[in-house]
Amino acid sequence: MNFLPVILWSDALVFLLLGAGVIAARYIRKHEHLRLPWQRVAQSPVAMVSLLVLTLFTTIGLLDSLHFRTALPQGNSAEAIYSPEVLSVLDKGLEPLRTQTEKTYSAPFALQLYARESVTDETGQVVREFPRLQYGGAHLADESQRTADVLQRGMIGALGGLIAGALLVWLLRAHLRLRSLRVAVPVVTMLIGITAGLAAVYHVLGTDKVGQDVLYLSLKSIRTGLIIGTVTTLVTLPLALFLGVAAGYFRGWVDDVIQYIYTVLSSIPSVLLIAAAVLMMQVTIDTHPDWFETSAARADLRLVALCFILGLTSWTGLCRLLRGEALKLRELEYIQAAQAFGVSSLRILTRHIMPNVMHIVLIALVMDFSALVLAEAVLSYVGVGVDPSTISFGTMINAARLEMGREPMVWWALAAAFGFMLVLVLAANLFADAVRDAFDPRLNRPGS
Amino acid sequence: MIAYLIRRILYALPILIGVNLLTFALFFVVNTPDDMARMQLGIKRVTPEAIEKWKQQRGYDKPLLLNGAAAGAEKITDTIFWQKSASMFVLDFGYADDGRSISREIAARMGPSLAIALPTFLVGLIVYVSFALLMTLFRGTALDLAGVALCVLLMSISGLFYIIGGQFLVSKLWHWVPISGYGEGADALRFVLLPIAIGIVSGVGSSSRWYRTIFLEESGRDYVRTARAKGLSELRVLFTHVLKNAMIPILTGVVVVIPLLFMGSLLTESFFGIPGLGSYTIDAINAQDFSVVRAMVFLGSVLYIAGLILTDISYTLVDPRVRLS
Repeated sequence: MNFLPVILWSDALVFLLLGAGVIAARYIRKHEHLRLPWQRVAQSPVAMVSLLVLTLFTTIGLLDSLHFRTALPQGNSAEAIYSPEVLSVLDKGLEPLRTQTEKTYSAPFALQLYARESVTDETGQVVREFPRLQYGGAHLADESQRTADVLQRGMIGALGGLIAGALLVWLLRAHLRLRSLRVAVPVVTMLIGITAGLAAVYHVLGTDKVGQDVLYLSLKSIRTGLIIGTVTTLVTLPLALFLGVAAGYFRGWVDDVIQYIYTVLSSIPSVLLIAAAVLMMQVTIDTHPDWFETSAARADLRLVALCFILGLTSWTGLCRLLRGEALKLRELEYIQAAQAFGVSSLRILTRHIMPNVMHIVLIALVMDFSALVLAEAVLSYVGVGVDPSTISFGTMINAARLEMGREPMVWWALAAAFGFMLVLVLAANLFADAVRDAFDPRLNRPGS
Repeated sequence: MIAYLIRRILYALPILIGVNLLTFALFFVVNTPDDMARMQLGIKRVTPEAIEKWKQQRGYDKPLLLNGAAAGAEKITDTIFWQKSASMFVLDFGYADDGRSISREIAARMGPSLAIALPTFLVGLIVYVSFALLMTLFRGTALDLAGVALCVLLMSISGLFYIIGGQFLVSKLWHWVPISGYGEGADALRFVLLPIAIGIVSGVGSSSRWYRTIFLEESGRDYVRTARAKGLSELRVLFTHVLKNAMIPILTGVVVVIPLLFMGSLLTESFFGIPGLGSYTIDAINAQDFSVVRAMVFLGSVLYIAGLILTDISYTLVDPRVRLS
């Protein structure tokens, strides 16, 4: 075997979440009353187009979560030695983008570096000029051919994407009943086609300080954003659900204790609490360098720890909501009937109360997702976010921010990070709105 | 009223004790002072003597909770917990790593923080509520839909973008105001204008949408229908009935943040170089100055609890049915 699969902690959690999602989806499909609100979501064009975008991002994130280490070429030793560099399937797929690094900054579609360098010309004299890029547009003789070449490659890419999209729509025509989706799928594949066609020979979004392709960095950032947005719920959900429902149902001292815990936690401004916790985690990680086999493992553990810290500091709001709902539910006749029949408290909680607060949980989770993605960038800026070696929107913005003062301005890395973030968060927000509208029982709907 | 206030303050004590214990556990138990010393000194310079010296300089060389070696009351008072954590209850925050008194620093930096935070808050509130009222007035029309779409778009943009974009556009391209810095007195005006404007714009999306939801919920109620049936104009219904009755949910969300305005904003202050508490905190985080971070955590929770008490008091001002007793 010439590679060694590596399962990082965050990978395991991501696939755990994916598995839980699949099981939940199968369960929902079988039960009509659970399926109904999702059918309402499925009828909303905005929600479904958002879901399409989210699916695309998730696919990229999942591909980026399959990690491995390649074997190093070696002499006669029987035991394989693996490179300390941890790669993902996405890295492999984007091999040219990952490896074709320039010396330093270059603008999108540029043929030359951003900075002048001393170059020796044919006559042996040293001149200061913008050197040509090693990879970006290397097939062109000079700049005058670029416009035609970009157009040509863009057209070919668009055409290929369009055909693939049309084929996809035709294959899935039974499932894609919404007209907006039948338009959106080819548009998305066309965009992918154009990007793929151009990214093969240009740095579509330029390169960063050490010459890495910004498009590659942006695609890698998606996984970090998704992990922050989803793995955090693994902590938030059980804490908020069990404590909130228990506080509302049992009342008395249980309620007092739980209320005390969440009041204490929520009275600390969240950024400060996160900062304090992350600083302490950093001390632990820095004083135990022997825990980690590769630097990727260390950065990854830091990411997972950040998710846990975000989860531990953000469950209080949902907990308070659920406590209120449980207080209301426990007075209803069907709960009192269950109590009169002698059903145990645990069973009442799990069978009768929890299913009836699930819509609140779901709405809160989808609403939180976008806030968490945005928070990651801010926290990384403050210095309490992900590991500086982890590629994320926050670290991208942080690195690019320092170049604001340059003349001409290095704007492309910032634009790429903010652009990708906007698309992801906007899609998540629109989808969350549709979910809320479909599940909120306070909205009166005709015919339901 | 007075009796109620005293009771509320007494209720607040156990919460502050909880916050205090939590930060104590976080900063001294999860990682021992030895760990912190090792990290601050760097791997190379670590010798047992250096660690001891570092701890002694900061007063971290004492036992955590109980000093067995001391006599009498000193058993409890001559400990890290008593001197570093419990002392915060009398607002004695000790000294930062650079040797300056944290309390004095906080007092000096509250002014600049407020100079940004207070106008942002007040003007922002007016702008958000007016925008939300406008959307409510035109509810169900294309204007409302466009407003909501704009809100969703604005709230999907990262706060960092507003700051970076604003600095680029206003300061770098148009040269209207300096990019960053702070001055005294009237000179401060040109420095605070941009941060305030950016602070307001970055909140439009989420806040206006939130107020719109409140107004819409209120305007679906029976008394609003009655008011309309009486023949009141839509504007009158909105301002004298809906707005007044929506005050309680608005105050719940708004009053609690007023004391926290003292803390300033981390992002804005650090980007604009405002010497306020926000940039103080962010500098402390970057320098890993734990005593400052601990002090800010405690101060933040004191202000938050003050905000909760203020919220209760504010209810009596807008709703005559609420009596504090």
